Order: sequence, then C-alpha cells, then structure tokens
Amino acid sequence: MPSGPVLAAAANPWFSWDYLERNGADVLRYTQQHASLTVQAVLIALVVALPLAALAHVRPRLAGPVLASTGVLYTIPSLALFAILAPVTGIRRTTVLIGLVVYALLVLVRNVLVGLQGVDPAVLDAARGMGYGRLRLLLGVELPQAVPAIVAGLRLATVSTVALVTVGVVIGYGGLGQLMFRGFRSDYHAEIMTATVVCLLLALVADLALALLGRVLTPWRRSSRTPDVAPGTPQEAPWTS
Amino acid sequence: MDVLSEAVVWLNDPLNWSGRQGVLALTRTHLEVSAVAVVLALLVALPTGLWLGHRGRGATVGVVVANTTRALPTLALLTLLAATGWFGSTATALACAVFAVPPILANAVTGVGGVDPDARDAARGLGMSGVRVLWSVEVPLAVPLIAAGIRTGAVQVLATVPLAALVGGTSLGTIVVSGFATQRYGKALAGGILVAGLCLLVEGLLALLERAVTPAGLRHRARGADGHAPSRGPHPRRPVALGARRGSNESAQSP
Repeated sequence: MPSGPVLAAAANPWFSWDYLERNGADVLRYTQQHASLTVQAVLIALVVALPLAALAHVRPRLAGPVLASTGVLYTIPSLALFAILAPVTGIRRTTVLIGLVVYALLVLVRNVLVGLQGVDPAVLDAARGMGYGRLRLLLGVELPQAVPAIVAGLRLATVSTVALVTVGVVIGYGGLGQLMFRGFRSDYHAEIMTATVVCLLLALVADLALALLGRVLTPWRRSSRTPDVAPGTPQEAPWTS
Repeated sequence: MDVLSEAVVWLNDPLNWSGRQGVLALTRTHLEVSAVAVVLALLVALPTGLWLGHRGRGATVGVVVANTTRALPTLALLTLLAATGWFGSTATALACAVFAVPPILANAVTGVGGVDPDARDAARGLGMSGVRVLWSVEVPLAVPLIAAGIRTGAVQVLATVPLAALVGGTSLGTIVVSGFATQRYGKALAGGILVAGLCLLVEGLLALLERAVTPAGLRHRARGADGHAPSRGPHPRRPVALGARRGSNESAQSP
C-alpha cells in the first residue's frame, strides 16, 4: 500500500456516498450475485437435507455415520474445499455453489435431525395410538413439530452462507467478496466498507425474513398454552415439495 | 486426470517442502498463528463465558455474539484490517481470534449455566461461596462442553488462517491462493489437500485430548453433546419431563 497513488492517499474515507453513487451498478450486480448464490445454495441444501435427516431419523443406525461424515466434511476449510473442487468442476459459478451447498447441508442435516429427535414422546405416543403409520407420523407429526428446529437451522445456514460466499473470490465468483478484494487491491477503503456493510445487511435481512417465516409456519407456538399440535393440518413447509 | 497428477508432482518435489516458502515452514507459521489466535480467544472468551454462565444470564448474550460474528465474513475483517495497514501474522491472529470467541464463549456459558441446579443447590447448602461453587462444582461438570467449544474454536481458527493468504498473510493457504492466481490448479489442489489434511489431523488430536480431559463419569454425556453442534438440542435419548421447556432451569430452581 505504500505504492498506492498519492491521490488516493489524499482522501480515502471509509464511508463515501460518492462511491455508492458512482458504483451503484457494480454494488447492485455483486449483491445480486451474492444473494442468488446464497438462496440457491440454501434451497438445494434443504431439499437434500430433509430426506437425509429423515432417513437418519427413521433408521437410527444411519444417524452415526451421517453425522460423523458431515462432521469430517465440515472440518475441511472452505478455501481447501474450493481448491479441491476446482479441478473437477472447473472455474465456474457451479464450483462455488457446490461448496456452499456442502457447508449449508451439514448445518441443516444436523438441525433437522435434532428437531426430529426432540419431538415430545408423548405426542408421538398419542399419534401412534391414533393409528398413524411410520410415514404419516414422520410427515404429519414429526416434521411439523421439528419446524422450529428446521427454521433455526435454516437461519444458521443462511447467515453463514452469506459470509461464506465471499471466499468464492478465489474462483472469481465471490459476490460482494469480489468488491472487498478489489477494494483491497486498489486500496479503496469505501469499496471494502460498503461491501462489508451490504454483506451484513444481507445476512440481517435474510435472518429476519426466515424468523418471520418460522413464526408464520408455527402458529401453535404463539399461544402461550401448552404446545399441542393439530396434526390434521400438514405444516410441512412449502419448501419440501 | 491432468490436474491431479500435477498436484502429485508438486507434492513430490522436495524443493516445494524446504525453504522459506516451503510446506514445512508454512505449516509452522500456520500453526503458530493459529496458536496465538486460540490463546487470544481463550483469554477473552473463557473468563467471560464462565462468569456469564455462573450468573445465569448470559445465554442470550452468547447467542447474540455468536450470530453477529457468524454474519461477518472473514474476508471482510481481513481486508478491513489489511487496508488499515495491519498486515502479517499479528493481524491474522487477531482476525481469527474474533471468530474463535463465539464457540468457546457459547459453550462455556451453556456448559456452566446448564449444570444440574440440584448439584448447585447442594454445593450452596454445604456452605460454598459463589466462586467456590463455580470452581469446584460447575466448571468440572461443564468440562465436556467447554472442551468441545475450545476444540471447535481451534479448528475454526485453523480453517480461517488460510484465508489470510488472500491479503498477503503467510500460511498453508498461500499455496492455494498463489496456485489459483497463477492458474496452476495442480498446486492449488496440493495446497487444498495439505490444508484439509492439517485440519483433519488437528481435529483428531484435539478430539483425543478432549476425551482425555473429560472426567470418566461424564464421558457418555460428552458423546451425546457431540463436538460441533454445541449445546442447542436436547439430549435425544434422555426422556424429557412432560411440560418442561428444554434447557431452562427456571421451574426447577426455586424449591
């Protein structure tokens, strides 16, 4: 940075409205890339995680291996994962997406499984006594009961995915990370700070939206009475289909 | 596969292992920076976590801290520090320590806060002071969770340090980043394998260490708590009393 131009050294504020006005299009473009990568990754991960966790739940013997392998995968740093994936899938957006899906998947599987296992045994007994079969029990009782845990997992996965997208910069598809890196390269403080703030805002907005979704999906939790579910209404979330 | 053989060739070249930018030197720097970061995080998170858990009010604070730092991209913090003129190992260690605090803090809070209130009451009844209760009852019982938190934090640091290579820090990540930058994907792959291997190795070692420090009587519980997902879920196999809200001691606390 000593080699940076003198002009930049003269005025290099962290916050600059001027920057945003001039580079609004860039910021918007990278924000869109960031958001679309996040949404896609989390949705794909959810679609994969639900059956996987359900399988591990229904066949408890599979739960150990599933969790252990997700744990091992989770230990691999994102940078290393991208480096390992890149030769296979190429320097493309897909590579970043696959990496993001892997990490989101691990968080989701774990949370869905915890949610399924945490269902009140009394509720399960009641449903069984009403003649529910295994599949109907899973879809009609356990899954709706696990919605709070699933939503918690979704929030966790989404927030960490938003942060993780930036690492995609090594492949060239890092969303706002691209801006941070560019700002770092050209010693442009406003660019780094703007990208950081937008990134945090993105995480915040996504988190709030999901929290709201969780409230909408679990109307029975809002009443302060004892949590009893109406099993007839299948609350099994629009995302499953 | 072309890139794969390139990676194997790279890994088999002794010149890549020795010297200032060799694998061995980079591994050493990587471990040193990580150790500093973990110590820094421990200094901040452990006392705070134990105290908050002891007071029984920290749960929300821990969650808020954990969620906020999770949303902050590592790259953002690193570039921010670098752009302010903070380069090199110290800045990297500092940035990584920030990301190791949440798991350690959260686990310490939940570990100490989640100690069976009966045990706490019994200790009080024996005439123990608050500090003594914390030190000889709560901390020993919370050791499995605290150790799991430190392990998660340490592995997280080890995984975050490579990112510093993007802003000029040295670590094993340097190999990956320079491989990508020069479009030698074999080298990047080799670096990726090394980084992943180091993390898995340390994770395994720490798991053994965690087992060793966990008192024998608590081991089955440590299994249930399961390393990564600190604390949130209920213990699946333990039957929960009807009507009891998970993870709260309120109903049980006042006799």
